[in-house]
Amino acid sequence: MNSIILQIAARHIKALLVLFAIIALLRGHNYPGGGFIGGLLAALSVIYYGFAFNAKQVRDKLKISPTTYIALGLSLVVLSFVPSILNQLELMQGVWLKVQIPILGELKLGTPLLFDIGVFLTVIGVTFLFFFSLTKVE
Amino acid sequence: MIITALPILIPFVLIVIMIISRSLVFSKITGIIGSLGLLILSVIIFYKIDKQGFLVLNMAGWKSPYGITLVVDFLSGLMLTISSIIVLAISIYAYKSLSLEKGVTKFYVFFFSLIMGVNGAFITGDVFNLYVWFEVMLISSFVLITFGKSKEQLEGGIKYLALNLLGSLFFLAGLGLLYGKTGTLNMAHLADILRNDNQVILMNTSAILFFIAFGIKAAVFPLFFWLPASYHTANITISSLFAGLLTKVGVYAFIRFFTLFFVHDQAFWHQFLLIIAGFTMVIGGMSASIHYDTRKILSFHIISQIGYMIMGLGIYTPLAIAGAIFFTIHNMIAKTNTFIVAGLIYKLKGSFYLKDVGGIIKQNPMLAILFIIPAFALAGVPPISGFFAKFILIKAGIDDGHFVIVILAVLTALLTLYSMIKIWNEAFLKKQPDNEFSGQNTVLSFVDMLPSIILGIMSILMGIFAFKVFDFTMQAADQLIEGTGYINNILNK
Repeated sequence: MNSIILQIAARHIKALLVLFAIIALLRGHNYPGGGFIGGLLAALSVIYYGFAFNAKQVRDKLKISPTTYIALGLSLVVLSFVPSILNQLELMQGVWLKVQIPILGELKLGTPLLFDIGVFLTVIGVTFLFFFSLTKVE
Repeated sequence: MIITALPILIPFVLIVIMIISRSLVFSKITGIIGSLGLLILSVIIFYKIDKQGFLVLNMAGWKSPYGITLVVDFLSGLMLTISSIIVLAISIYAYKSLSLEKGVTKFYVFFFSLIMGVNGAFITGDVFNLYVWFEVMLISSFVLITFGKSKEQLEGGIKYLALNLLGSLFFLAGLGLLYGKTGTLNMAHLADILRNDNQVILMNTSAILFFIAFGIKAAVFPLFFWLPASYHTANITISSLFAGLLTKVGVYAFIRFFTLFFVHDQAFWHQFLLIIAGFTMVIGGMSASIHYDTRKILSFHIISQIGYMIMGLGIYTPLAIAGAIFFTIHNMIAKTNTFIVAGLIYKLKGSFYLKDVGGIIKQNPMLAILFIIPAFALAGVPPISGFFAKFILIKAGIDDGHFVIVILAVLTALLTLYSMIKIWNEAFLKKQPDNEFSGQNTVLSFVDMLPSIILGIMSILMGIFAFKVFDFTMQAADQLIEGTGYINNILNK
């Protein structure tokens, strides 16, 4: 598709979507959002770009292949189980790490976030795979 | 305890490894080692069950009935162990049979996600979670069926997918109704509510929806069309895996649901299940006898054998349930084995059609022995496993006065024997006809036949140690019918 409006919009929207995806990912533990939705939004930024320009170019520019995204995401999911096992808790029980950051205050990092990031990456990978298969780039 | 979740976690880790893996040989060997690990794990789990009765894990520390609970009882433990044996046999079989195809590393990704779904379905204690595992199984099995990307496979795959999605829809609808009526989806909690409530007449709406959903999965009488339409199209390695595992998960769900909590309105349900069982047996057996494609004969036999399992559920005495469980585990092993032997015949001769092949008994007597064992097991010839499975079921039927179904069961056993003798006569005894397949001179190596040998030995052992296996299945049946142990262990009463 060769629409100049779409192409210009795609350039600007790309960054916005990634930002929004990360916000959705981070607030997901207690509010609407989370890894799945965040992952879809992040993948959308690239896919939108691909529609506006050329799916093949996008495919070539991607430094990490979709399967690597999936593998990385699933590995993070597995990794998020480890703290609960090491701490002798029930499987997948959340383990939280509190970090003091000057000025900003306390930051709580936990295994649910790690799990969500894993889902985030897996969803990105799978969506890319769908997109490239449907546009027959691969 | 963490060990309860390992039958799901190990395949999950293996999936990640298989996605990363670029080397075919590495994938194959990791597949075999992983399956061996799964088998050892399930034996350990079964040993623990034998000692303490139940293994319960509340995921993420959310107590039952609020969180997702994983439960292993005798039934789950038996199913896990037997399915692990099959998985090991298939992964050894795949080592040889998948050598040249492209993208074969992807096979293992979906192979293990199928295993993850099957194991998850066996050990979950939550109805919605069971639905999720069914979907995991459905998606991975669809990918596996269409693995060779041929037109035929795509057609079979789409039939498979469409009818099974319909099944999932019924499952979801039944699940929603059940949740609306009882306010819970935890199996122990459901059992607790439904066993102690007299106003369960509304339950029939959910129960029939679940019946349709599991009926499609298990391929019982009016709902089995997808199975013969799709199984013979897939690669034979994949067909053998499906033959052993997929429909049996449906049977497992049947046994679990209709003994643990759908125990109301027994007069209607047991009659209904017996009628379904009778039709399933006879129609499956008769359809098998008209076919000449080995894979089709065996596919229809899967259906026919499902009838026996449902028959045990319909008679509904502890002995009958034990018989149904015995029959299920015996059938998983023998059925997979017959498909593997069909694959070996294909490898030897180059055709699945009985008209094309012949004279195997002279060419490879070992293969003849390997076929005889599961064929006799399926037909129910003593002293191999199938005889005892059928004996228990028929005895339970006579004890309880269900003579019609007993007669049908015996007749179907004859039909099964007829089909097995047909394969024997055509493929093994008769002279090789003069055609393009007569020049085939493939030599089967030991590794080719190893999976069939393993499963054959298992069938024989299950026959020789039938009293021991029967003891386990009886304990499983008692746990299910009594129910209080299950409820108390999970809800911590």
